[in-house]
Amino acid sequence: MAFSNEQLERYSRHIILKEIGVKGQKRLMEGSVLIIGAGGLGSPAALYLAAAGVGRIGVADADVVEISNLQRQVIHATPDVGVPKVESARDKMNAINPDVKVETFRALVDGENVMELISRYDFIIDGTDNFGAKFLINDACVIAKKPFSHAGILRFQGQLITYVPGEGPCYRCLFPAPPPPDAIPTCSQAGVIGAMAGVIGCLQALEAVKYLARAGKLLTGVLLTYDALTMEFRRVKTPARRNCAVCGVDAAITEAVNCVAAPVCEGINI
Amino acid sequence: MKLTVGGNVKEYKEGMTVGELIEAEDVKTPMYVTVSVNDEFVESGDFASTTLNENDTVEFLYFMGGGR
Ligand SMILES: [Zn+2]
Repeated sequence: MAFSNEQLERYSRHIILKEIGVKGQKRLMEGSVLIIGAGGLGSPAALYLAAAGVGRIGVADADVVEISNLQRQVIHATPDVGVPKVESARDKMNAINPDVKVETFRALVDGENVMELISRYDFIIDGTDNFGAKFLINDACVIAKKPFSHAGILRFQGQLITYVPGEGPCYRCLFPAPPPPDAIPTCSQAGVIGAMAGVIGCLQALEAVKYLARAGKLLTGVLLTYDALTMEFRRVKTPARRNCAVCGVDAAITEAVNCVAAPVCEGINI
Repeated sequence: MKLTVGGNVKEYKEGMTVGELIEAEDVKTPMYVTVSVNDEFVESGDFASTTLNENDTVEFLYFMGGGR
């Protein structure tokens, strides 16, 4: 793949980086990322990955834009209220970078479709808002041997970790099973600061870019936590669990199935 | 004895268990917290029987389910 003059100019700030260069930019343009959830985390991730020139980006989300989304879901704007999120997201991504092929899936990712969906992409970003989906994506990615970025946000806090097959723990190593519904406060109950989604979603985009361009070190075996009130980032070392139900020896989970859990961050449905 | 808990070094009572530390640190969701001691996870069933030692490093991991 040869760069056009426009591409050389568009990606000049990437190409000049020795960790990216022409080679890394080519890898980005030949790479693919699936973003599950076009919400708080998915919005900044989708914008930056489109801007970065990732060749093919899938966006999966079943919902339409609501007014309560706009405090943090920055890919959507006021005129988009009522429009499917995947369409609103695709339009902004295409406007930023027409080179990027955006594939939209207006569906809830579930046990029926998750394996097929993730199989088409190099890297997965979990931008979902409930534990059922987060465990489903983890199990599917571990079983399919797909690298993915997990993240969660609440109030003034956020955290993320990257799973790469064979290189450290999965989400289930950290948390063996989802909490019962209502055990952990949701964002609609407890709130979330809008820019938190921006910080953590951008970090997820960085992990995807680094993975595709093969630059730097990923957050494998490290949970990065961020507290916006104290402005503290912490790297918490996390081992794999030998008896993990999905990535451990003699793993009991061999199929990704839906766990039932209430949405955590969906805001008030109007 | 000195322990490093969540990155902060503090003095705790000798022979404290993980379960007692969870209480002392006022962990909000004690049923659903993940605990590691010196970078090894402690099974939740073993919190009460796991004794901490001088200079142990303890981390609490919390569920965070939001994303939208
Ligand atoms: Zn695991």
